Amino acid sequence: MPFLEIVEITKKFGEFTALDKVSLQVHEGELVCFLGPSGCGKTTLLRAIAGLDIQTSGHIFQRGKEISNLPPTERDFGIVFQSYALFPNLTVEKNVGYGLVSNKMGRKAVGERVAELLDMVGLPDSGSKYPAALSGGQQQRVALARALATSPGMLLLDEPLSALDAKVRVRLRHEIKELQRQLGVTTVMVTHDQEEALSMADRIVVMNDGVIEQVGTPTEIYREPDSLFVANFVGEMNQLSGVAAGPHTVQLGTATLSSQSHGLETGTKGIVSIRPEDVIPHGPGARSPGAPDELSDIQNAFDGTIQEMEFLGSYWRARITGGLLDGDSLIADFSMNAVRRMSLAEGKTIKIELPSDRLRLFLGDDKGPEA
Amino acid sequence: MTTQYLGKIGSSVLGVVLAGMCLGNVAKAGDLIVYTAVEPEELTGFAKAFEATNPDIKIKWVRDSTGIMTAKLLAEGKNTRADIIWGLAATSLLLLKDAGILEPYAPKGVEKLDKLFVDGDSPPSWVGQRAWIASICVNTVEAKAKNLPIPKSWADLTKPVYKGHIVMPNPASSGTGFLDVSSWLQMWGEEKAWKFMDDLHKNIGVYTHSGSKPCKMAGKGEFPIGVSFAYKGAQLKAKGAPVLTVAPTEGVGWDLESFALVKGAKNAAAAKKFADWSVTRETNVIYNQAYAVVAYPGVAKPVKFFPADLSKKMIKNDFLWAAKNRKRILAEWKKRYDSKSLPKKK
Amino acid sequence: MTALDQPRSLIPGPLSTLQRIRNLGTESWIMLAGIVSLCAALLALLVMPLYSLLSKAVEDDKGAFVGLANFQEYFSSAGLVQSIGNSLTIAGLTMVIACVLAFIFAYGITRSCMPFKRTFRALATIPILAPSLLPAISLIYLLGNQGMIKGLLFGETIYGPIGIMIGMIFYIFPHVLMIMVTALSTTDARLYEAAEVLGAGPVRIFFTVTIPGAIYGIVSAAVIAFTLTITDFGVPKVIGGQYNVLATDIYKQVIGQQNFSMGAVVGLVLLLPAMFSFVIDRHVKKKQVALLSARAVPYHPKPHKVRDRALLAFCVLMSLFLIGILGTAAFASLVTFWPYDLSLTLAHYDFDAVDPNGWSSFYNSLKMASFTAVVGVVVIFLGAYFVEKGRGFGRLRSGFHMLAMLPMAVPGLVLGLAYIFFFSRPENPLSVMYSTMTILVLCTIVHFYTVSHLTMLTALKQIDKEFESVSASLKVPFYKTMLRVHVPICLPTISEVMMYLFVNAMTTVSAVVFIYSPDTKLAAISVLNMDDVGDTAEASAMAMIIVLTSVTAKLLHGLIMKSFTARHSAWRQRTG
Repeated sequence: MPFLEIVEITKKFGEFTALDKVSLQVHEGELVCFLGPSGCGKTTLLRAIAGLDIQTSGHIFQRGKEISNLPPTERDFGIVFQSYALFPNLTVEKNVGYGLVSNKMGRKAVGERVAELLDMVGLPDSGSKYPAALSGGQQQRVALARALATSPGMLLLDEPLSALDAKVRVRLRHEIKELQRQLGVTTVMVTHDQEEALSMADRIVVMNDGVIEQVGTPTEIYREPDSLFVANFVGEMNQLSGVAAGPHTVQLGTATLSSQSHGLETGTKGIVSIRPEDVIPHGPGARSPGAPDELSDIQNAFDGTIQEMEFLGSYWRARITGGLLDGDSLIADFSMNAVRRMSLAEGKTIKIELPSDRLRLFLGDDKGPEA
Repeated sequence: MTTQYLGKIGSSVLGVVLAGMCLGNVAKAGDLIVYTAVEPEELTGFAKAFEATNPDIKIKWVRDSTGIMTAKLLAEGKNTRADIIWGLAATSLLLLKDAGILEPYAPKGVEKLDKLFVDGDSPPSWVGQRAWIASICVNTVEAKAKNLPIPKSWADLTKPVYKGHIVMPNPASSGTGFLDVSSWLQMWGEEKAWKFMDDLHKNIGVYTHSGSKPCKMAGKGEFPIGVSFAYKGAQLKAKGAPVLTVAPTEGVGWDLESFALVKGAKNAAAAKKFADWSVTRETNVIYNQAYAVVAYPGVAKPVKFFPADLSKKMIKNDFLWAAKNRKRILAEWKKRYDSKSLPKKK
Repeated sequence: MTALDQPRSLIPGPLSTLQRIRNLGTESWIMLAGIVSLCAALLALLVMPLYSLLSKAVEDDKGAFVGLANFQEYFSSAGLVQSIGNSLTIAGLTMVIACVLAFIFAYGITRSCMPFKRTFRALATIPILAPSLLPAISLIYLLGNQGMIKGLLFGETIYGPIGIMIGMIFYIFPHVLMIMVTALSTTDARLYEAAEVLGAGPVRIFFTVTIPGAIYGIVSAAVIAFTLTITDFGVPKVIGGQYNVLATDIYKQVIGQQNFSMGAVVGLVLLLPAMFSFVIDRHVKKKQVALLSARAVPYHPKPHKVRDRALLAFCVLMSLFLIGILGTAAFASLVTFWPYDLSLTLAHYDFDAVDPNGWSSFYNSLKMASFTAVVGVVVIFLGAYFVEKGRGFGRLRSGFHMLAMLPMAVPGLVLGLAYIFFFSRPENPLSVMYSTMTILVLCTIVHFYTVSHLTMLTALKQIDKEFESVSASLKVPFYKTMLRVHVPICLPTISEVMMYLFVNAMTTVSAVVFIYSPDTKLAAISVLNMDDVGDTAEASAMAMIIVLTSVTAKLLHGLIMKSFTARHSAWRQRTG
């Protein structure tokens, strides 16, 4: 039995459909991320799960019990918001203990539980401070402790890290994931930050325009995107105009390249995609030197000219034109190592391989939103 | 069905809140509600005197100018909260008698009063208490400073020299204002009286809401001449204001401050006690402290600073005529003079 | 059994309203009951009375329907129509003069380096503490026929348009100034730098940067000035002489002649300009929000000798005017017999000597103002809380918000008149409140509802909107969180609104003048009555008592807030 089951949830705000028959299952103990651009419906779905915005139609079951129309007070969850939502006039202790006091726990028991929670989030000495005296990261930890205080069956995180500095964000990412694993609490997190989703989630739910585009593990989402939207939204992706040439082949310019199975009828126009880091440069220094014949043996390759190179710290980003590209440019990321070995530089023409297991064709003639 | 339910919840919540707030405010049963037009500064004294002999009754005064009290009573009609109307012009009480609001009652001892002061019906619908008499208040200091001669007659007031120096009460709101207008019409007839008022209007600085204010303004010299009533002028003089009270040679209008019981009064018993008290000799002595002419014969003593021959100048006042024509007179007056900035009609 | 096995066909698709209501939790019921009661209260205390007013206008004095006959009669009577012209003239002129004066004053406070800015700002709030009758009475002492400085009028009379205008300027000055100061403070200094760099002279900068930047505030201030002037009744009543305006017409028709139908007609006529101003103001406010940018750099004026001295001189003069008016009333209340006996006395404060309801009217006012402040702030807070923080019942909530905006457009006189019609009917079960203190309190709360509601709403808007969600997730009912979190956070605003209600309840005349009873006569109405019978010194004295009460309340409020903040609001200071 799934821990949380969402069945054909639709939510309308007047004429606008924020969620369109969304169905999803969340398993006990896993951390699921709702990922998507703003306005995709991910927060609406989270709020429907919490009962904060009741869906227009559809059903939600938690541990097999229908909770579709229960008010939030009768559901079982803890929640953390982007804004922390800490009560500014209460001390950290009182904030964390806020839900415990009404639980009819003894004063002493509350005090012990609060101390335990503050210890858990690494703020054992901040109990008597007011939220305003804490940094953003500390405040978010307090918010987390407060949400976990009543040991809820489910933890909902609404963009919990978005308001924080980049470095704090990365650190807190790990801490939350750690805590979640340790407590085994089923967690749903909403984020628009793909990196956050990729690094934290057990499974990612990519959403767009009120529907789920794809559900999968971070590697599935990244390596095997089901749609152009997912391909584009998660990570960088080249998009080149192409045509389906067969079930496993695409035509790019004049050449036919083998690709992943795409299921499009032969002759259908589409978008050929490949991630920049999957593009493989070939040339002197790429393999054993002085073997030009081998170069021509390489499948799925063509000659391209490096138009520009941009230094991005740990790697180089190159814009390649020519050959099959038919006016399009291809973005490719080359490691420092490769650049050094092959002496890659602007203006140089090299052999470019697009590995068939990384090459996909999607339906569509526009190139979708830029990620 | 649901909306009905919700409505019920809402209104019951509101009801409980309101009921809670109302509790402290309901008038006590022993309170006697008296509508009056008597000068406010006299009221406390009257209430003390009455409550001294009737400690179980507490008077609640509702006071306004004669015209306003009259209009209020006419509008409230039989729903009025008043238990007794006390100290209102007889002219007004006649109107209220016609409207069927008054409860006839003969107070104990009413037979001792001067017949002229009591309604002719038996039992009488209203009983007069004392007469208040029109007069002109003149500020002697300001008159001298502005080179104004002391006016001797009503006709004098229309002289151009007084332009902007005269105040008079608005007859629509003030009983004094109305008795002035009514007396002019009775003395001179319609045509001459309205001509006089047209001329007077040119000299008027402002028309006031109440009948005592012109005299008070004269006392302060704000406007040196105030058409008012004798009591006020005398009282101000006694307080040290340089006010001379003049009784114009042509004669002066007057009216009776009178009382009447109200039909269906909640506190009729107390109202009757107050009526009985109001016709006693002792009470008439109190009336006389301020007014020279009172209902109980032989009580009146001359009041200090009153014009000596004032009672002789009182015109033969036809209350019935005044009451009948009140509405028409006021309408005509308003049409002619209500807005000073309006072009005058000939 | 998995969730999928459940017979879902039994609960198909969207829920009906009935089902939704059945599904409501206890908290939602409480919230629903709260919103419905508040809506019902405003319907009963505002909308239904106004409807009675409307229906009264198309009835004769016996209550029979006569269509527009009353309106015909009104528009055929030259005197009454003249009042419309008079009202518009007075309101228009007062608006222009008051706006110019307030603009210069505000300019001095915000855009110059003159000294004593805070003092000037504080002095400018004086008129708020007094009933509008006070400036009129003072003006008679200053500029009347026996006035101390009547020479300034060059033979003109103060009884009429001049008096009304000067009195009104005093009375509305703080309201207009407040808006002007806000308008001139929210400017972006970079605009000035840019203009200077581009070589614009001070005059050009004034007309191309200063005025356009403040234009919405200026319009808003003008609208407030116009509405306050056209709907005020105290000033023209005391000093208007024979110059009739709409506000005094209503009073004359209703109180003077008990002609309720005609009063209702004039009331509706007076409602028009007020409604119109209200619409303009709302429109302007919406635009103003869009104009403000969060990244604006505050403007810091640089010293400029000539400008600073000129503005200082102006502000000193204006302050002298304000203090002078108040001082005159104080003086008038202490002089034995103006103008002949200038020795000082406290005799005029013995109100019982001139009015049987003398001092009791003051105690009534105190009681009324305290009740208004306490009951009002609770209702207003709850209303604003439901509108801003409520969950569900969207239409009811926005409906209530619209109801709460309405009182702003209803002049006090019109509201009071509407109350007579609605509450005096014996068949109305609410008529038990008629002529009680309760109705005065409720009327005053409704009269000043909008400003309080908006102030409270602004404060609540600044509170994180997720507090309710957090509270629900922790299974703490919303009302507990409201009391433990929202109320403490809003405490400064709550006390401000209480102060606003208290002071206004002490000074207001317009709405309550129609509905007070002998037991519930108020101090400000005593001022009116005492002036009516010519007891001007006593009227001044009572007005001064009102001012002193307002001042005392303000000082007490300041002290309490100060000590309270010191003790209980450690969380407001950033310590880390």
